[in-house]
Amino acid sequence: MTEVLLETTGLTRHFQIGGLLSRRTLHAVDDASLTIGRREIVALAGESGSGKSTVARLLALVYRPTAGEIRFEGRPLSRLRSRRDLLAYRRQVPMVFQDPFSSINPVYRVSHGIMRTLKLHRPELSAAERDAEAERVLTAVGLTPAADVLSRYPFELSGGQRQRIGFAQALACKPKLILADEPVSMLDVSIRIGLLNLMADLRETQDVSFLYITHDLAGARYVADRLVVMYGGHIVEKGPVEQVLAAPRHPYTSLLLSTVPDPRAPLPSVVDTGEPPKVVNPSPGCRFRARCPLAIDRCATETPRLRLLGPGDHAAACHVAGPVEEDS
Amino acid sequence: MADLLLDVRGLSVEYATARGRVLAVDDVSLALEPGEFLGIVGESGCGKSTLLFAIARLLGPTAAITAGQVYFKGQDLAQLADRQLAGLRWRDLSVVMQSAMNALNPVTTIGAQFRDALRAHGVRDGKEIASRSREVLGRVGIDPVHLRSYAHQLSGGMRQRAMIAMALLFNPDLVIMDEPTSALDVVAQRSLMAQIKGLQQEYGFAVVFVTHDMSLVSHYSDRLMVMYGGQIAEEGPTRTVFDTPRHPYSIGLLEAFPSIRGPRVRLTGIPGSPPDLADPPPGCRFAPRCPSVMAVCTQRPIELYDVPGAQVRCLLHAPGGVADD
Amino acid sequence: MTATLDAAVPLTGRRIPGSSVARAMAGNRKALAGLLILVFFVVLAAVPDWIAPGDPAASRYGRSLGASAHHLFGTTGFGQDVAAQVVHGTRPILLIAVLSGVFATLLSVLIGVSAAYLGGLWDDLLSLFTDVILVIPVLPLVVVIAGYFAHRSLTVMIAALVVTGWSYGARQLRAQALSLRGRDFLEAARVRGERRSYIIVVELLPNMTSLIIANFMNVALYSVLTASGLEFIGLGDTSSVDWGTMLYWAQNQAALQTDQYLWAAVPGLCIALLSTSFALLNNAFDEISNPALRPVRRLRG
Repeated sequence: MTEVLLETTGLTRHFQIGGLLSRRTLHAVDDASLTIGRREIVALAGESGSGKSTVARLLALVYRPTAGEIRFEGRPLSRLRSRRDLLAYRRQVPMVFQDPFSSINPVYRVSHGIMRTLKLHRPELSAAERDAEAERVLTAVGLTPAADVLSRYPFELSGGQRQRIGFAQALACKPKLILADEPVSMLDVSIRIGLLNLMADLRETQDVSFLYITHDLAGARYVADRLVVMYGGHIVEKGPVEQVLAAPRHPYTSLLLSTVPDPRAPLPSVVDTGEPPKVVNPSPGCRFRARCPLAIDRCATETPRLRLLGPGDHAAACHVAGPVEEDS
Repeated sequence: MADLLLDVRGLSVEYATARGRVLAVDDVSLALEPGEFLGIVGESGCGKSTLLFAIARLLGPTAAITAGQVYFKGQDLAQLADRQLAGLRWRDLSVVMQSAMNALNPVTTIGAQFRDALRAHGVRDGKEIASRSREVLGRVGIDPVHLRSYAHQLSGGMRQRAMIAMALLFNPDLVIMDEPTSALDVVAQRSLMAQIKGLQQEYGFAVVFVTHDMSLVSHYSDRLMVMYGGQIAEEGPTRTVFDTPRHPYSIGLLEAFPSIRGPRVRLTGIPGSPPDLADPPPGCRFAPRCPSVMAVCTQRPIELYDVPGAQVRCLLHAPGGVADD
Repeated sequence: MTATLDAAVPLTGRRIPGSSVARAMAGNRKALAGLLILVFFVVLAAVPDWIAPGDPAASRYGRSLGASAHHLFGTTGFGQDVAAQVVHGTRPILLIAVLSGVFATLLSVLIGVSAAYLGGLWDDLLSLFTDVILVIPVLPLVVVIAGYFAHRSLTVMIAALVVTGWSYGARQLRAQALSLRGRDFLEAARVRGERRSYIIVVELLPNMTSLIIANFMNVALYSVLTASGLEFIGLGDTSSVDWGTMLYWAQNQAALQTDQYLWAAVPGLCIALLSTSFALLNNAFDEISNPALRPVRRLRG
């Protein structure tokens, strides 16, 4: 079991929506508990509206949790108050964004973001050292010749190259954990592999962990060690990636599996036309029950809790699911 | 042999850009029979969307068809005047765009947009408009109450289905789709594709479907065309192209999919980037990225060669072997 | 595993946004025309004494003379040289246009961008304030302000124009800032740990330069016309040498009815030309910053 780097307990985030007269609560994330270890790639999978992006933003301190706690290297984030403490955390946990066409400021050269990161988070470096570091991170993400790329403007680079810049910016602070929010979703399918390989390589060469947020399970399987599946703000299943995908316990995980694009595999017959829930003022009960083929009465009244169902901390939140050994 | 619904011959499209003329589509020919589902696959910038717009005569003023014909039900669309095109549009040929959020009018209701489309083609009776609108919405599985909704009130998947419903208002013979699923996540994508296929089989329209995601079309299309750098790289029945891909680019595309089952192997994808069409490489456009490149590949333009059941633009499959210059 | 650039996105002849603006302006006919006119007037404003030496207000010549070799545009009803007056009148109007443009735009940026970025209650308050000022009819307000101050100077004029001219731009800038707010690079800066003030000034504003400059041109144009209008109705300093004041006196002396056309026509034409130059530059900046508005080069088959 690897050393724990980041741990969330009961992480919750609600948003107040609606006008003065119809105030309602949007439950973006409810009671999410997950851990990320050293040199580990954890995939957080779910549809849009599942809460996965909100989790990333909670970890990036964009939002404060409504309830629950986040601990980084054992210390709770709620204790971080001063700008120096916050900056120190942000240095360890940077983020890579989804849209390569809007995540880099178009009016500056590509070096701008990297230099700012270095100035903010590694002030001890001299100007010459900063230049050297910028070239080092660009080389690490495979963009060479580094000096040439640094002097370019974003519009001169392709989508895949811009995403690599995003990773380079994250690497510039020598982080422990990189939050990658759907970094390949907006890239052509043929380019995604290159970036997934990059993540795996960086984990080895730069000794960094990743939280890889995605809606594509095949990509998650390709690059991640552990998988966390979210639906409607809840974590519905988690565990070692191979095991979860080989023996999914939660019906939603099975549904996601059936939608995975694989040109070589025959098409499964299950097609679901459900919509992800907007979880506003929810009642207790499983949030997946409307789309679930296995729902029973209990699912409508009692919110299922994560139960350990298999080795390696494989857990699922489902009243119907049985332990892994039950499979023949 | 049945009459071809769509017969594109030697189509070339050029753009005027700040850097000179760019050949976005280079001598593309395709033949579509009634009720056939053709998938066009390629990376961004390969010309697939331009090809689609050229066929539908939706090119902007900076682009123009510079060669070839587009025969639709016997008429050359490239030569038709706007008025004649307007008669064809939506009745015989309709288009589904990539992002419904951009294609649907944000300030009017869905029902109003259907009404506009129906009225534009001479359907004036209120009752008939209402019943037709409800019927097409029902076909795509949207509750007719949403005729009164605005685009932003529907989810991404529903918006795309509303667009498809609008495209089917007049039971056209051909529906052209430009990456209608790329803005959705996997579950929505899969269900939308199944729906499209179901509608196609029920109503018998032909489909030209453009995407960068080969796996999406693979289960639904009858024929598959792989485009690269503005040219056809490989073309043939879907199963042939899938089971025996011949062009190194097609092979690369197929291998870019991590498998959910089977062993975990490291894939390499296709290194490099698509060519700059303003200054394409001499000879084969894929040569700079091709793992099987030979010296002769960069020397002269490559033609489409016939192979059993398909066509490939690759010297590896030239009849009689490769002749060294 | 490297994604080397030689096989990658080709060099598009590295264009720097700054120089591309210059090049875009050179290629844009409206920009060139506007710039030429503006430069012409700037020269007049810079060295009026070279071009037309002597006091333009002094009645030295014969009254109501027509155009001749001595007096390019003839003389006024008081015996002043029309051309000299026009030349000397350039500086005040240009100063008014530029200074009101600068201050009004500063105010627009401050209020509009803050409203967008701060959001919430601040946005509501600032937007309400902007809307109230926006709704007040401009000309009456300007007349009231200008008329209120007994001492009518350039400063008062500029103040009146700034107070009435900032609100329109503030709305536009707020809208643009709001649309930019959703862009990931701003969130990326925040996640990086940048301060809010830094994000607004360094990351956000440079993306709005085209709109800010277009705003400046807009206010400048508005100022030229409004200031001249105020002077024309006598709310400016009637003893100064200004285009608008010339019009005031020309009207006062019934110049058009007494065949002294040039006395009214020449300053009127200058007002029109200067405003046009700002309008042309405004349009040109719109086109430069938004490629969708550029005149489309049709592909000839």
